[in-house]
Amino acid sequence: MMLRVEAIAGGYGNVQVLRGLSFDLAGGEVLCLLGRNGAGKTTALKAIMGLIRLHSGKVLLDGTDLSALPAHEIPKRGIAYVPQGRRLFSELTVEENLTLGLMTRNHGQETLDRVLALFPVLRERLKQVSGTLSGGEQEMLAIARALCVEPKVLLLDEPSEGLMPAAVAAVLDTVHALKAQGVATILVEQRVELALSAADRVTFIENGVARETATPAALRADPAPLHHYVGVGLHGR
Amino acid sequence: MSFGPHLLLALLEGTVTAFVLALTALGLSLVFGVMRIVNVAHGEFFMLGAVLAWAFSSLVPGMPALGFLLALVGSALVVGTVAIAADRLILRRLNYAPEATIVATIGLLYIIQQVVLTVYGPNAHPVVPPINFRVVFPWFGYSGYKLVVIGASAALLGATWYTLTRTRLGLIMRATQFDRETAQSFGIPVDRVYSAVFALGAMLAAVAGVLIVPIQQAHYLMGLDPLLLSFIVVILGGLGNLRGTVMAAFVIGLSDGVISVFFSATLAKIIATLFVALVLVVRREGLFGEKAR
Ligand SMILES: Nc1ncnc2c1ncn2[C@@H]1O[C@H](COP(=O)(O)OP(=O)(O)OP(=O)(O)O)[C@@H](O)[C@H]1O
Ligand SMILES: [Mg+2]
Repeated sequence: MMLRVEAIAGGYGNVQVLRGLSFDLAGGEVLCLLGRNGAGKTTALKAIMGLIRLHSGKVLLDGTDLSALPAHEIPKRGIAYVPQGRRLFSELTVEENLTLGLMTRNHGQETLDRVLALFPVLRERLKQVSGTLSGGEQEMLAIARALCVEPKVLLLDEPSEGLMPAAVAAVLDTVHALKAQGVATILVEQRVELALSAADRVTFIENGVARETATPAALRADPAPLHHYVGVGLHGR
Repeated sequence: MSFGPHLLLALLEGTVTAFVLALTALGLSLVFGVMRIVNVAHGEFFMLGAVLAWAFSSLVPGMPALGFLLALVGSALVVGTVAIAADRLILRRLNYAPEATIVATIGLLYIIQQVVLTVYGPNAHPVVPPINFRVVFPWFGYSGYKLVVIGASAALLGATWYTLTRTRLGLIMRATQFDRETAQSFGIPVDRVYSAVFALGAMLAAVAGVLIVPIQQAHYLMGLDPLLLSFIVVILGGLGNLRGTVMAAFVIGLSDGVISVFFSATLAKIIATLFVALVLVVRREGLFGEKAR
């Protein structure tokens, strides 16, 4: 499995955000995107999902050009998205949200059982309207809904936003578990420590371009890129 | 006739109006709820249903029951197709922008009206009811067909309700309504959902038109009243709130029936309009609407 983002450019209306962004990612790999607010991380994930139109560049999954497909075909190829701010269907129940995930690629009870085993809290709340879940439960539901797609590639946009340390640890565990199953993950994350502990590689984005890619080990040895692109040291922000 | 039987008659008439109005308004409400557009041409789908009912039933003269069934299915299919074409050719190209779609559907209203005037002509034509028995009360006889209208409308309302709340198709529609972009990220072809919702909304109006035509005759200007009443009902019920729409249809339909029988149809419309204005002053979210999210 190989996801390759090739020099994509695009944005919203007349506002260009991505300016030739490239990176790639193999099965079982966790790539972390780091960059300041407004650097274009969320936009990059939307571009992969086909939610914004590209002016140029390509997104290739195992050689298929995803950017040529209509947006609703892209998740069917095995890409699942956990948007920033979760974007649950908040008027629908937990169960309905999960069903929509399952319907994406026609998965059934077996998948649902596996996902609910990862998030047992959700099983107790299947009939609850998802907008009334706690913040942490909502994040779990957003991830669970994405896992119901049985993705080859998982896009996680700031899953730790507003979560307690224990919930963050649960998210991290999930990422590790998926990695073991060969799922590739793109993780957008503001918390540098979390990013370094989860990632195999870190790509720094600035002004819609990938400036530099490094391993967590290299960044621990020399945190200069962290200072430069994110403006933080290794301890605190 | 003394007051009691007179009131019973008024309530029966009101119930017929209420059910037909509920069907029509549900279509408008559904389109507004999911697509966030105001379809000013909705009444023309009602009129088209009625006129096509006349056309289909005149294909099989002397067989009113068969003609009626043919009209139900045929009108719904034709109007659904017209609606899908309108969605693809007009609304989609406007990106469903709220103001642009209002103007565009006003245009659609006139196009449909003028085409029907040209092809069908300016005269009203009656359609023979599919059944002919009268229910005999001690004080008056009542058209059995009107009871069929009540039954058929109730069945369709129930079916729509079931589809929206209990089936995967309904789940897809609701997901699209709540978050179009996220729906796409889960493989939902929102373009097709929009076409389907617009067609479904139009077909509900068309079927209402088919049901009403043996009572009212088919005429190319008959779409105006149902449009206005549907707007009243949808606003009263709380925009996009389907349950509220149906309940409001009963409030308006029953009062319309009663006032029309005891006083006049014009007075009924005046009172309904005033009532809505009054409700909106007191409760902006409508009688049954939830507070804005
Ligand atoms: N819908 C939109 N319309 C216009 N501009 C937008 C839209 N969404 C984002 N932008 C702009 O695009 C730029 C990149 O936004 P993006 O959300 O990709 O940043 P980000 O890197 O995810 O930031 P953050 O860390 O704050 O989430 C920003 O300047 C933003 O203002
Ligand atoms: Mg972002």
